[in-house]
Amino acid sequence: MVCALKRGAFRRYLPLNLWMILELLSGVSRFYVLHSFGFESREYAYFYYYSEALTTIGLYFALSSLYAHVLEELKVESYVRMAAVLLLAGTAIFSYLIVRQSAHLMSTRFVVEMSQNLYFVGLVLTYVLWGAILKLRETRTRLIQFVLSLGVLFSLFAANYAMRNLYPDLRWLWGSLPQLFDCFLPLAWCYTFLRIPEEARITPARLAVAPR
Amino acid sequence: MMAGIILVCSVVLFLQFFVFYCRSLIAVSAKQALSPEVQEVTGIQRTASGDDFQRVMQLLQLCPERREDRNGIQAIGVYFGLLNFLHATLARLVPSMHSWTELERGQCTYFAAVALERRISFSRDMLARQMDA
Repeated sequence: MVCALKRGAFRRYLPLNLWMILELLSGVSRFYVLHSFGFESREYAYFYYYSEALTTIGLYFALSSLYAHVLEELKVESYVRMAAVLLLAGTAIFSYLIVRQSAHLMSTRFVVEMSQNLYFVGLVLTYVLWGAILKLRETRTRLIQFVLSLGVLFSLFAANYAMRNLYPDLRWLWGSLPQLFDCFLPLAWCYTFLRIPEEARITPARLAVAPR
Repeated sequence: MMAGIILVCSVVLFLQFFVFYCRSLIAVSAKQALSPEVQEVTGIQRTASGDDFQRVMQLLQLCPERREDRNGIQAIGVYFGLLNFLHATLARLVPSMHSWTELERGQCTYFAAVALERRISFSRDMLARQMDA
């Protein structure tokens, strides 16, 4: 966020910066709850998963804003927004249908399930966006790096949740990895804001060249 | 079953995004020319060799670290490790893969040299500011 302000790109990439503010607030408040109630407490567990769901939704909207940037020449911003809301609602309903059997744990299981599904939906959407970048020959380096770093983050989280379901005995490991993953995106975006000027251009097709 | 499918998809997409992200970082640095001083220190004139990567990284670690560079350098370090793995395994069987990994490893070295250049100029600025104060 500071890097974006420094480079005068705060408003241009407002949803990304808002997500970073949300992430910061969520981190600070998680620390406060952890400090007040302890790591093993129910309060911390609830707060952790609810704040996680909130930041995931925030990241999902940051991704939809990148769609709007890539497709800005097609003037389909309102459609992108509507599709994002519909997909979010669809994911929430799907998550509800999965957890509705366990009514006593529903509120907590619902947010975990929704975060998990949103990460996978986010990953698929980022891949589609990358396809659109290649197809539309988008050349803005900043935008390309934002999308690729988002893809890395979504895939890390989706893989982590899948591992968590496959190997529940190692829950302590899958529970601690997200703290590491969370550092990646702010650092990657900070690098992009500081090092890549808005006018920098790159040919995305060259990044996808495979050896022949 | 579902978790397994999601895991496989996530790992495959992660590898793709990670490689493309690293290549985008490299592509940006490839456009920057090295100063004669850094060329002399690293021994890199125009094209770099993958064999020099560790040496340039050691030089990089001698300079004060910059927080905003750390992430990119670490990512390229991991990418270089991945390329080394391919170089030592698959590339032995596929000649085109051999030349591709060699080229990519060289570009990783060039990226490290550009980062070194930045750190040197940052240290120099810091020293100049201290002298002024």
